[in-house]
Amino acid sequence: MTEVDVRSRPRATDGSATGQGPGKVTIGKALNLGLRAAMERDPKVILMGEDIGRLGGVFRITDGLQKDFGEQRVLDTPLAESGIVGAAIGLAIRGYRPVCEIQFDGFIFPAFDQIVSQLAKLNYRSQGRIRMPVVIRVPFGGGIGAVEHHSESPESYFAHTAGLKVVACSNPVDAYWMIQQAIESDEPVLFFEPKRRYHEKAELDLSATPAPLHSSRVLRPGTTATLACYGPMVKTCLEAAESAAEQEGHELEVIDLRTLSPLDLEPVYESVRRIGRLVVASEAPGESSIASEIAARVQQECFYSLEAPVVRVTGFDTPYPPSKLEEEYLPDLDRVLHAVEQSLGW
Amino acid sequence: MSSPEYWTKPQPPDAAGSESPPGSPPAATAARPTAEQVIAGLRATSEGGPDLVQLLTPEGERVAHPHFDIDITPEELRGLYRDMVLVRRADRESNALQRQGQLGIWVPLLGQEAAQIGAGRAMRPRDMAFPSYREHGVAWCRGIDPTELLGIFRGTDHGSWDPVATRFHPYTIVIGNQCLNAVGYAMGQRFDGRIGDGHDSADAEATVAFFGDGATSQGDVNEAFVWGAVYDAPVVFFCQNNQWAISEPMERQSRIPLYQRASGYGFPGIRVDGNDVLATLAVTRWALEECRSGNGPVLIEAFTYRMDAHTTSDDPSRYRLADELEAWKLKDPIERVKAYLHRQQWADRDYFEEVDRESDALAARLREFCQRMPVPSADRMFSEVYANGSPVVAAQRDEFLTYLSQFEQTGGER
Ligand SMILES: Cc1ncc(C[n+]2csc(CCOP(=O)(O)OP(=O)(O)O)c2C)c(N)n1
Ligand SMILES: [Mg+2]
Repeated sequence: MTEVDVRSRPRATDGSATGQGPGKVTIGKALNLGLRAAMERDPKVILMGEDIGRLGGVFRITDGLQKDFGEQRVLDTPLAESGIVGAAIGLAIRGYRPVCEIQFDGFIFPAFDQIVSQLAKLNYRSQGRIRMPVVIRVPFGGGIGAVEHHSESPESYFAHTAGLKVVACSNPVDAYWMIQQAIESDEPVLFFEPKRRYHEKAELDLSATPAPLHSSRVLRPGTTATLACYGPMVKTCLEAAESAAEQEGHELEVIDLRTLSPLDLEPVYESVRRIGRLVVASEAPGESSIASEIAARVQQECFYSLEAPVVRVTGFDTPYPPSKLEEEYLPDLDRVLHAVEQSLGW
Repeated sequence: MSSPEYWTKPQPPDAAGSESPPGSPPAATAARPTAEQVIAGLRATSEGGPDLVQLLTPEGERVAHPHFDIDITPEELRGLYRDMVLVRRADRESNALQRQGQLGIWVPLLGQEAAQIGAGRAMRPRDMAFPSYREHGVAWCRGIDPTELLGIFRGTDHGSWDPVATRFHPYTIVIGNQCLNAVGYAMGQRFDGRIGDGHDSADAEATVAFFGDGATSQGDVNEAFVWGAVYDAPVVFFCQNNQWAISEPMERQSRIPLYQRASGYGFPGIRVDGNDVLATLAVTRWALEECRSGNGPVLIEAFTYRMDAHTTSDDPSRYRLADELEAWKLKDPIERVKAYLHRQQWADRDYFEEVDRESDALAARLREFCQRMPVPSADRMFSEVYANGSPVVAAQRDEFLTYLSQFEQTGGER
């Protein structure tokens, strides 16, 4: 696996001329700064997507980038997702490093064919002669009160496809580094962004050493049970851990998976061997999902350490419902804690 | 011929391998429009161009057209006026309801009333419509009450009307998808013998697919053109070119006017003034009749303007000039009909006041309805996922409802 240390490269002017960093930033702003840094570092990095230029994207993630880098580096593309990814593949063959924005999770499917048939397979088909340094950014997940197709969690489709790397960030610091690592990677990366958390803030310390892209991380140590999660569910799980500590005196260990393909399960195995109880939380429907894969692998690796079956707390196996029902659909703090109770009650 | 309205890519030398005629420019150069052509094309895009079918000018003057004239009675025109005023009022009220937190989002139709009422009123009850998400005016013409649209935007349902009974398909948000579905439906109409000669034209049928200028870039839309053509499907592709796809202007989607795309697929394309309800009615009637008599498909580009934001979440000041809106206000679809009705003395002040009162009542009813819309119960989430049910979904439903009932028993907030 080629992990790139983006820190060792000359850093972009991201409002941090003093070296102290931009201070507290949102996930959205961190992504914007990360994209800017990557574009300044490498002229072959180009952005493609609908409404990402003049408008700066419907979530403003690319705000100001077309103005500063020009229309040839930030492309307001025709309204065609298969076109965006298909053309990005061609540009990558030609030596560019395209970063595609899919406006909302539910609109990635017109590009599914290009992603699965070409993007994922060209390295294999050409036996390594054609690399695919393409990043596909996808704002994903629900909780924003939107109409149909704007709240989905399609990550499992891509994790199921050989040849694609899949990651999900959960906080500003990771967002900033992970987007740059994904762009520097020579492999196609599906980059999932937790859209309902875009406004979450954290201090961005540019002198920190970023963890490798394909690594998961323990965010909160614990002893009662382990919560494995990613993307928008990380905040929910941290809140659940907080609440369990206050109300029940339970110490929940929270692991941010960060990388969904390949999964980095060593920290999860280590945690389960110590604690013996695992809850996996995800917004995506649970059947044949990343949560299922984790459950299967943990029972295989940690069978004798488990005190209870792995519990999955996920979205239901239904289409995403009308938004007045999304509070019911999405696993919330109570459902996470309920799953912990199930595990403890075994 | 300095306009790309008429600009066509020069053909390469014929396949037999013969040399280009002496003096002809190399294909690569000839295939590029000149600077003047590009400029003329942009102007054509903003003004409509010479091929625009128009029957009522922005000033409300009736003009003749060699192919698409129409006889309209005073009563019919009053009806079209009333339709437009009412759907605009419902649209404005819904927009306000969003601002007041009653709806999660609203997709305004402001400015596109004539395109939608003209097309919608051209349809007969047997015809089928496949809308995108902005077709509130077409919904109106299909007998769908504006209250029935609210659930989608309030988040209580994905569309509450009966798409089979109304022959108005559920709104489709994924850009372009519905165009292929419309073609398939139209193929069925043809396979069922609902079109063509020798058929009792009273029960002949056709289909209309509604989509936007941005949508024309999608693969699905282009495939729909191919399929429609290959199967002679009785489908009218009705493109509302409102000049914008969120923040992207027409030029990001096409080098030539959209209606000209049709000829490449092998069917007629017509550009109509989409702010002229008479012209839109005339052209769509003609197109539907072509389809019903076996001469489909037809592409109609209704040249219009999105006078409001893309949705209530959008801020158009970030990407377009206010002047543009001001220019289009002069072409308002309702004002010109009002002016014409006046001038012809087909309607008096009492009539206009009556329509205004009616629209006030509609707005009040809409508001009242919206505020009382119940939140659906949690089990709605699990219903009709599969036509024949699923043990997985049933088990999840039962487990979740049991889980929820714990909170009810303890009277606790979740
Ligand atoms: C496949 C897909 N990609 C992106 C979107 C997001 N989106 C919603 S509307 C829109 C622009 C549509 O423009 P146009 O076709 O001109 O229709 P209009 O909204 O102007 O009526 C976009 C990009 C979507 N709904 N579906
Ligand atoms: Mg449009």
